[in-house]
Amino acid sequence: MIHFVLLVSRQGKVRLTKWYSPYAQKERSKVIRELSGVILNRGPKLCNFVEWRGYKVVYKRYASLYFCMCIDQEDNELEVLEIIHHYVEILDRYFGSVCELDLIFNFHKAYYILDELLIAGELQESSKKTVARIISAQDQLVEAAKEEASSISNIIAQATK
Amino acid sequence: MSSSSNSLMDNLFQRSLEDLVKGFRLQLLGESSFISKALEEIRREIKATDLSTKSTALHKLSYLAALYGVDMSWAAFHAVEVVSSSRFQHKRIGYQAITQSFHDQTSVLLLITNQVRKDLNSANEYEVSLALECLARIGTHDLASDFTPEVFTLLGSSKAFVRKKAIGVVLRVFEKYPDAVKVCFKRLVENLESSDPQILSAVVGVFCELAAKDPQSCLPLAPELYKVLVDSRNNWVLIKVLKIFAKLASIEPRLGKKVVEPICEHMRRSVAKSLVFECVRTVVSSLSDHEAAVKLAVAKIREFLVEDDPNLKYLGLNALSIVAPKHLLAVLENKEAIVKALSDEDPNVKLEALHLLMAMVNEDNVSEISKILMNYALKSDPFFCNEIIFSVLSACSRNTYEIIVDFDWYLCLLGEMARIPHCQRGEEIEHQLIDIGLRVRDARPQLVCVSWALLIDPALLGNLFLHPILSAAAWASGEYVEFSKNPYETVEALLQPRTGLLPPFIKAIYIHSAFKVLVFCLGSYFSASDPTSSSLAQESSSGSSPVNTFTYESIMKLMNVIKLGLEPLSETHDVEVQERAKNVLGFIGSIKQELAEKVNPQDNETESYRVTTAFMEDVFSEELGPVSATAQEKVCIPDGLMLTENLGDLEDICGQFLKPVELDLVSYTDKISFSVSKLRIRDQQEASSSSSPPPEPAAASLLAEHRKRHGMYYLTSQKSDPESNSTPSDYPPANDLASKISMDPFNPKRKPNQSKPRPVVVKLDEGDESRITSQAKTKPKTVNDDETLSQAIQSALLVKSKGKEKDKCEKNSNIVLEEERLRTENQQNIEKKKKKKKKNGERSSIKHRSRRRSSSEQVDIPDFLL
Repeated sequence: MIHFVLLVSRQGKVRLTKWYSPYAQKERSKVIRELSGVILNRGPKLCNFVEWRGYKVVYKRYASLYFCMCIDQEDNELEVLEIIHHYVEILDRYFGSVCELDLIFNFHKAYYILDELLIAGELQESSKKTVARIISAQDQLVEAAKEEASSISNIIAQATK
Repeated sequence: MSSSSNSLMDNLFQRSLEDLVKGFRLQLLGESSFISKALEEIRREIKATDLSTKSTALHKLSYLAALYGVDMSWAAFHAVEVVSSSRFQHKRIGYQAITQSFHDQTSVLLLITNQVRKDLNSANEYEVSLALECLARIGTHDLASDFTPEVFTLLGSSKAFVRKKAIGVVLRVFEKYPDAVKVCFKRLVENLESSDPQILSAVVGVFCELAAKDPQSCLPLAPELYKVLVDSRNNWVLIKVLKIFAKLASIEPRLGKKVVEPICEHMRRSVAKSLVFECVRTVVSSLSDHEAAVKLAVAKIREFLVEDDPNLKYLGLNALSIVAPKHLLAVLENKEAIVKALSDEDPNVKLEALHLLMAMVNEDNVSEISKILMNYALKSDPFFCNEIIFSVLSACSRNTYEIIVDFDWYLCLLGEMARIPHCQRGEEIEHQLIDIGLRVRDARPQLVCVSWALLIDPALLGNLFLHPILSAAAWASGEYVEFSKNPYETVEALLQPRTGLLPPFIKAIYIHSAFKVLVFCLGSYFSASDPTSSSLAQESSSGSSPVNTFTYESIMKLMNVIKLGLEPLSETHDVEVQERAKNVLGFIGSIKQELAEKVNPQDNETESYRVTTAFMEDVFSEELGPVSATAQEKVCIPDGLMLTENLGDLEDICGQFLKPVELDLVSYTDKISFSVSKLRIRDQQEASSSSSPPPEPAAASLLAEHRKRHGMYYLTSQKSDPESNSTPSDYPPANDLASKISMDPFNPKRKPNQSKPRPVVVKLDEGDESRITSQAKTKPKTVNDDETLSQAIQSALLVKSKGKEKDKCEKNSNIVLEEERLRTENQQNIEKKKKKKKKNGERSSIKHRSRRRSSSEQVDIPDFLL
């Protein structure tokens, strides 16, 4: 299974973290520091796998972002690379040629998309279309609610209740 | 009023997440102070009464927590509040915060139970999905047991979107609450026959994880999974199914025959490298008995190895190392590619190649491979260099130097390693140098030669990592000084000025070795000058080395050199060094005086220095041998020895011994002679028991059993062994490795007779193992959680196989709501099973639960395999 997903920029800034196995907050920061140290220092033409604490970390660089997933020893590395690519493609389709800034400002959206892709550390949806459809449906749901809520009169009514 | 107006202000002018992110990028305060300011704001906003302010605050907080590691556990209660909102957008923020920050010990965890239940039963599929995702991440035992009925219902949902999430959640629920297996397993299996590829993919993923934890439990599903393997064209699904079969085939060999063909078919057909690689890995790890399949897999591996893609190269090497233990030939075929990979720019590929090379080492190619590796070690970076050295050391010392035939060569190799600039494995080399000295009698002359070369090089003294090696070299050249070509030079090397760089405890070894050399020189000088004893002395050292000839002048010179070298040391601060130096100086002083008197015509007094020297020679002449790690246990405590008593009179006892060094040596050799004599006694017993009727049959059978198992370590009873002429009987003969290795099927061109016979390597019985292997050994941890899980699956399968129908399952699902009743139900189930077994005439033991996979419980796969 996938134990966690990390998105780290080339400068070592964290852009997204998702933990499927229990890690305490302190442990999380340590893992991020340790792994970004290892991965960011690897040259461009090396293989995309790193052995780490008895696990394997599969990473791939897209522009300035490193997508990393930590998996078990017996998991299939190439499959995970495909999952990463799959995720990037979905992001790309959703944001329209995604860039790091999109993820910085819409970090929650990147989360929601990841949640549709993986559950409990397993791939749950391999169709890009389906993910896109589900995400836009949820967005509509939110938008509809927002319109209703954003009128000032509504806010005042709520606040003075 | 004031609070509500505050809240109004907050709401109207609250910074959204986007504002926060923007602010973060423009801030000039510095990261930490900006965060603490933002946190202050969030703390205020999150107390607001209206949920949209609260949720925005929570949203910002989870952003900070995810990316900047800010603690958000304090906001747990607020997250629960936000989740209870009726609006989807709030709910989503709330659930995200919960999955991110909650863990088993979160105190407000129980407060979300009702809300999660409400959402699980919601008509809005997206709300259901949120709740399921939350459960998948934070589900505890309590939550899992509470929601088992809901998950069960959702597993049959008509909406594929919900159903696949429910399938994903099952994994967490089973892990935390194994009893849920009874309820949900059947429905999970039904999903395996679903036509929807998404659902199939999800359910196969779950079974893949379950099979990894407990393959036995998935064995009955083999027919269904086989169908997927043959029919599916979805690579995601196929990879998972292959993983399951890899696990199943290793516990059920008959299954291998069935699945090997479709797997090969996929391997030939597929263009997706991930699928091909999974096929390869499945074949080499679990179906390695099927020659044709392995052949195909190895061909695919070769394709990987020649690819430019570093990923494929790495994986190819990885797969080869799985093949290596069973099909070494496949590895040897690819030797060129492997050696080439050693110079790859990727350290991971290099390491993998190194492991593979070490896997193919045998006694014929060890020198060739070591030579290649040493060349690489010289060129590579410090880390990889030491990896190489470590691998060579551990491969060569495996099973008491099993693959080494030419120890002279190996000792030279160890010497070379010490000279590699990045070498940091000094301790391991030290250990092996001494170990070989103790075990391999025939290698000692070469050991002394190599040691001398190391000692004499002043450059090595400056390298901190080499000090252990030097201490071993110093010890060897003192202990085996009789093989030294020029003892005088040895002493000079031992006392050279740069030895001041050594740490005191190694310095002490240097001094002591110089002492041994001196005593040896004196001894051979006296025996040469004394016509009566010379023949005896020559006999004792016959065949070992050219007898050194010492004159009075050379002895005096030697003593002067030692005196000059040690005098400054007699005032060092380190007690050990000081004491040793003083010992030697004292000894030299007394001998010198007497030697000077000897110039006078002979008188009775001259005997005294001979006695002193002879005494010292005796002290050093006792040979050290390897000591079994269990030797201490074999020594039974003698009568009258009170180990628990206070050691108040220790000083009186110790006063009897003059030198602590001797004390060491004596006790050391005692142990050896004990273990050796014990060996002999045992052997005699064995011999006698085979000839005469055994007195105790039980003991004799135990002994015979032991002999059968460790036969190679027993001494041969007949003394006519040709080797025993050259080696004293203290040494058990080396195990008959040559015959074993000559049968190696992967090595047909091997010359049957070695040009040089392998020297005797002393091996002890149990408790004698290489340090490296004992370090590398890791015991597999047993996971208790899995135990309960697999028990549950087992019993669920029992239920299924016994033909209990759906209604029974649903009945079970209702029962789950009340744990107590469930427990009684369990009890009844067990009793039912017991009764059933008794009916079958099978006696069920009380230890029913612990025997989880007894043959009666095993569910077999009947027609499928036939």
